[in-house]
Amino acid sequence: MNTVIQKEQEYRTKRGKALLGHTVNTSLKYKLWIAFLLLVIFIGGYAYYRQLKFGLVVTAMRDYTSWGIYISNFVFFVAISLVGSLISSILKLNKNDWSRPLTRVSEIIAVAAIICAAVIIIVDMGRPDRFFYVIMHLRIQSPIIWDVIIISTYLVISLLLLYLSLLPDIALCRDRLTAIPKWKKWLYRIMSINWSNHPKQIETHHKITKLLAISVLPVAFAIHTVTSWLFATTWRPGWDSTNLGPYFVSGAFMAGAAVIIVAMYLIRIHLKLKKYITELHFEKMGRLLVLLSLVYLYFNINEYLGPAFKMVGVEGEHITELFTGKYAPMYWFVQLGGLILPIVFLIFKPFRKPLPIFIISIFVVLGAWFKRFLIVIPSLQHPYLPIQDVDESYLHYVPTWEEWAITMSSFAWFLLIITVLIKLFPVIPVLKEKIDSETINKLNVFKNEKS
Amino acid sequence: MENDNSNTDSRRWFLKTISSGGILAATGLALGTFTSCKEKSAEKTTLLTTDGKLVQVPNSEIEAMEHLHQGAPPMEAREGISGKKWVMVVDLSKCKNARKCVDLCDKHHNLTPDRPYIKVYEMKDNEKSSPYWMPKKCFHCDNPPCVKVCPVGATYKRTDGIVLIDNERCIGCRFCMAACPYSARVFNWGDPPEGKLDLPYSPETSLPSKVGTVAKCDFCPDMLRQNKLPHCVPACPNGVIYFGDEIDDTVTNGEETVRLSTLLKDKAGYRYLEELGTKPRVYYLPPVDRLFPFEKNTEENSES
Repeated sequence: MNTVIQKEQEYRTKRGKALLGHTVNTSLKYKLWIAFLLLVIFIGGYAYYRQLKFGLVVTAMRDYTSWGIYISNFVFFVAISLVGSLISSILKLNKNDWSRPLTRVSEIIAVAAIICAAVIIIVDMGRPDRFFYVIMHLRIQSPIIWDVIIISTYLVISLLLLYLSLLPDIALCRDRLTAIPKWKKWLYRIMSINWSNHPKQIETHHKITKLLAISVLPVAFAIHTVTSWLFATTWRPGWDSTNLGPYFVSGAFMAGAAVIIVAMYLIRIHLKLKKYITELHFEKMGRLLVLLSLVYLYFNINEYLGPAFKMVGVEGEHITELFTGKYAPMYWFVQLGGLILPIVFLIFKPFRKPLPIFIISIFVVLGAWFKRFLIVIPSLQHPYLPIQDVDESYLHYVPTWEEWAITMSSFAWFLLIITVLIKLFPVIPVLKEKIDSETINKLNVFKNEKS
Repeated sequence: MENDNSNTDSRRWFLKTISSGGILAATGLALGTFTSCKEKSAEKTTLLTTDGKLVQVPNSEIEAMEHLHQGAPPMEAREGISGKKWVMVVDLSKCKNARKCVDLCDKHHNLTPDRPYIKVYEMKDNEKSSPYWMPKKCFHCDNPPCVKVCPVGATYKRTDGIVLIDNERCIGCRFCMAACPYSARVFNWGDPPEGKLDLPYSPETSLPSKVGTVAKCDFCPDMLRQNKLPHCVPACPNGVIYFGDEIDDTVTNGEETVRLSTLLKDKAGYRYLEELGTKPRVYYLPPVDRLFPFEKNTEENSES
């Protein structure tokens, strides 16, 4: 059946066939993957139903640890979402043409991550039924309101950025994919809004894309800086720091780059795109990851050295708990396994080959997730006044199955959004193919000359 | 207090307060016991009248009067009581962790013992100084971090100095809990264990409590509106807690009424973590010349 469909499409070029093929063929593996994600989402849905029914009491959060893995997961997703701006704005504006095949996937990841971040914050609310009070009774001096404003702005810009870069390719799907179900034809027709590669259209398109690429940059910085202010505007040890903004932003870029590498590897294998996502891309992303990790390491040193040197009061207790206390195993896993060792390994070229860098990136992503846990939870457990005179359960925080299920289902949503978008649209920009291949050839020539 | 017998004028309000506070406590207790006994007309109950007489009343005659849980409705409660600036002074030299303030507060705010509004901390300033008990409520800061961070104005500062929570507005984001450096806030993680109270909601009583919203010590504005002291003040057997009006410059612990400024001056009153700049409305008097030795397990506090 699949082969019949494939024959009927008018791919026109070999590249077209390679890049559009996956939108037409549906493998069993894909179906199983979707089923698995839906199962995880379903379990999370049941956990959330329980949370709605009984209240946040089903979580392990209590009066001291009043924010748990929902908030740390929120910070993680906000961090991941910065990757869209990294690839499609910073690298693009600096004319790094090698990164062009990665723009689509980075924009898709950004959109998926920011949607998940927004949803997670609603899950964390004690009264989600009053969500619209945030608009009805808005008080602008609250950092939460700043976050709401900046996240919605970033969501809109990210969606526009993704959609606009997709537009020529949607039109391409409309024109070339002839043997597809009716709803898909209808979708491509509606979404391509009469795009016809007219020079005037291309010119306007180019202008708007550039404008968006420039405007997304300050918003991206703001989104994670404002998120850091949710913590930095309080007196908690570990949060009460002027370093928190750049610390968060640099950590986000590092985590985002690692997520892109993981995505690149999986897409390359499963969509058979080895020709388009080449070893060169891994090599380049590996170097970029080292650079971003070094910046993050610098801010890490700034974040911990001062308090660790002075060891003032609860701030000192907090640091001691991280360095040698009950959070020490997690802390050193994060700092060594998720930051220092990846830098050391990635300095050497063999580790920048696809498989090694894929594995290293998984560690960086895991480290990034647990790092957010370490930023949120231990701080809350070190208030100025001692934790006394309360129920025993208030002293510890071990997330309940409901919290894990909901967190896992947020990941499933994240992956589902990415999978579906990749399934519907070409994951590597089909147009501009000439520019891409020329650049890569040029770079390859350059590399060969050097070595 | 060894000073101040000369300021009778400004004490008028408080003398009234003390007497009515006592009666109210009595009525309150009676109410708790007898609201359900209306049918058994033969039995009589001894009650204390407003002029201090003990009288016996048939149970059939007893009717539940509008009780303590009568605060202003949410929008009205935002205003505050005009012409007042409430202030509290806690004398650490008199506290022996009798926990009566905690118990009465829990009772009137329908709280369970595992998450009280008032906490009594065992404090020790340094290795060599001796430990002492420190009762802590909400400090009702004049520069309140919790109010600053609230995204919807569910927690607010009133003209009379009280920081209150509108549980019908609160979205349960818990940013205020993270922002409060004194851990004054508790959260209604689940439904209140005692079940639902059949009362009109008021931020001034924090009742009935609402699941998924934040709560804390409210200085009992429903009592203040009736010229009565917050529940914890008369509850204390040792007169640890003084409450009053900064404008009047008087505070009382239910037994003696003193000038606030003189008290703070003479006893070196301080505010906890002054350096944070939150300007608390709760002062502490240092634990010197103690009334009691520091004991961890006394008869009074061992059960809790």
